[in-house]
Amino acid sequence: MRHIISILIENESGALSRVAGLFSARGYNIESLTVAPTEDPSLSRMTILTRGSDEVLEQITKQLNKLIDVVKVVDLSEAAHVERELMLIKVRATGKDREEMKRMADIFRGRIIDVTETTYVIELTGSSSKLDSFIAALDAGLILETVRTGVCGIGRGDRILKV
Amino acid sequence: MISGAEIVVRCLQEEKIECVFGYPGGSVLHIYDALFKQDQVRHILVRHEQAAVHAADAFSRSSQRVGVALVTSGPGVTNTVTGIATAYMDSIPMVVITGQVPTAYIGQDAFQECDAVGITRPCVKHNFLVKDVRDLALTLRKAFHIATTGRPGPVVVDIPKDVTAQVCEFEYPKSIQMRSYNPVVKGHLGQIKKAVQVLQEAKRPIIYTGGGVILSDAATQLTELARKLNFPVTNTLMGLGGYPATDPQFVGMLGMHGTYEANNAMHYADVILAVGARFDDRVIGNPEHFGEEKRRVIHIDIDPSSISKRVKVDVPIVGNVADVLEEMIKLVAAGFKANPDVANWWKQIAEWRGRESLRYKQDRMIMPQYVMEKLYEVTGGNAFVTSDVGQHQMFAAQYYHFDQPRRWINSGGLGTMGVGLPYGMGVLMANPGAQVACVTGEGSIQMCIQELSTCKQYGLPIKIINLNNGMLGMVRQWQEMFYSKRYSESYVTSLPDFVRLAEAYGHVGMKIEKPEDVEPALRKAFIEHKDDLVFLDFIIDPAANVFPMIAAGKGLTEMILAEEL
Repeated sequence: MRHIISILIENESGALSRVAGLFSARGYNIESLTVAPTEDPSLSRMTILTRGSDEVLEQITKQLNKLIDVVKVVDLSEAAHVERELMLIKVRATGKDREEMKRMADIFRGRIIDVTETTYVIELTGSSSKLDSFIAALDAGLILETVRTGVCGIGRGDRILKV
Repeated sequence: MISGAEIVVRCLQEEKIECVFGYPGGSVLHIYDALFKQDQVRHILVRHEQAAVHAADAFSRSSQRVGVALVTSGPGVTNTVTGIATAYMDSIPMVVITGQVPTAYIGQDAFQECDAVGITRPCVKHNFLVKDVRDLALTLRKAFHIATTGRPGPVVVDIPKDVTAQVCEFEYPKSIQMRSYNPVVKGHLGQIKKAVQVLQEAKRPIIYTGGGVILSDAATQLTELARKLNFPVTNTLMGLGGYPATDPQFVGMLGMHGTYEANNAMHYADVILAVGARFDDRVIGNPEHFGEEKRRVIHIDIDPSSISKRVKVDVPIVGNVADVLEEMIKLVAAGFKANPDVANWWKQIAEWRGRESLRYKQDRMIMPQYVMEKLYEVTGGNAFVTSDVGQHQMFAAQYYHFDQPRRWINSGGLGTMGVGLPYGMGVLMANPGAQVACVTGEGSIQMCIQELSTCKQYGLPIKIINLNNGMLGMVRQWQEMFYSKRYSESYVTSLPDFVRLAEAYGHVGMKIEKPEDVEPALRKAFIEHKDDLVFLDFIIDPAANVFPMIAAGKGLTEMILAEEL
């Protein structure tokens, strides 16, 4: 099962390595991880996309809670939530492909944010599967470079993760 | 205004730390200078940093106080890793202060630099790098708080040399608030009531207890509850002494080398009351085999992650063992009707006991079990027994009957050879004048043998019980049983003459080769040489094996007993 774990953690040096170290030491997998400070600069919010059985997920949340720097942990995917990922993708845009790329970006509601005579950089936001579909829709030979932020997410409505 | 080095020492004084085990070096010279100028905190100079940490660890294990170690940067830190990991696996509170190169040099591959926080991170409860002298007192306060509360564990505080030279105002924080760390103490009352209800329904109950009872100082509460319930009690290796071993309700240690009755009772119980224990692989063997029996499990543990980790738990109770047991005792005292079928369960246990799974034959050569029985007699069961790791550790656990907590000092989780002698040092610093026996083998003792020198310097009269079979006994036992007697590298050749070695360090050495000499030698060591360190080199039967035994990956009831071979 795919799970999105959200963590509020003290914004201190080494905090990230404690979390990453825990996952590798206990054999849990990380598909993506994003981290940045919150509106309170003393706290960071980390979002980890992982997979595992219910038992494994129970252990992951318990072990994360045990880390001294961790303030709160929730499994976002347990209830209604929204999730987004941002991708920047650099593609070859020459000849007839130039118009095609523009069209594809429009269809997926991406934006072209850098233009040269031969390349475009397209910015695309959405669920991870939408980003996957966009990559699949392009001619693989035209993709020069991709960079993705990994998933971040937030609970819907009154579900709030705060100290 | 005082210097960072003086702040370190003042913090130790505020924490009422009487002794620190350590080894000086460049990065901690300021701290050593501050130690020199006072006499409240005593420093014990070891011969290797690993021993400093083991000794601090045993200081904690054998008392209700916290052990402290102090080492320099680089190799000083790397030498502590085994000791820190050992304490971490057994949840022992400890604070390790490490020197670091000056902040401006960090990351420059400076002389004696290593990433102390990075290297120790996977084997500490928490660690800190102090970059500003103004954070020093608060950080040390936090370190002691974290080490000793919740599920205890070692905490490392890494202090760069320039921070120990800088000055600032000193104020030791009286209380500490951490939004990210608030361990639970009290158990959930509803869950505790539910647990008592399940215990009332139990036909074949067992109380299974571990190191958590010792760490929580809950032996009194456990004993009171167990007696009120009249249920059988088994201890893990780490839990020995949590319940009096000479009590008729005690069925012995369980697990890989547990008694026949303990392992059967654990396996066939319909209700398990697990207290501060974690169902680890050496205790329940193969979890699938263990899962074949239908049963209900009540699990009391301060660490939620220990619950339902390896065995599914029906009634989880997160809380401090002593507090939860107190609540349970109150509920049981208010009216508890045990299931009448428990009487039949006791009959079944008596039958299992009839197998006498710890029986052995004392023949012409000294049997290690015999030495342990005599050690128990001679010390009146009152000694602190520190142990190394291997066959001798199991013999001590099986044949020395611990009636009190904090008397059995061994590395259960990590299984660290070499801890025995430094553990003895830590025990004696925490309990001056106590009888201390270090049960070891000729393999383990050589892993920290240099500490004989420390023992001389501080007059630590440890009695070293060296069960010398000229073999790495436990390795040899596995090779005999599972590797068709191919004794690959398990034979220790070129052993030193331990008697002369002990004498070279200024101690007393004895070599004992005949069974009839065992008891007189022990008496001589513990009475005549009460104030000396005595190295007793017992030449034992090299064929002696530890039984019962459950092979790795086998189930709890698939025991190999001595007579079956």
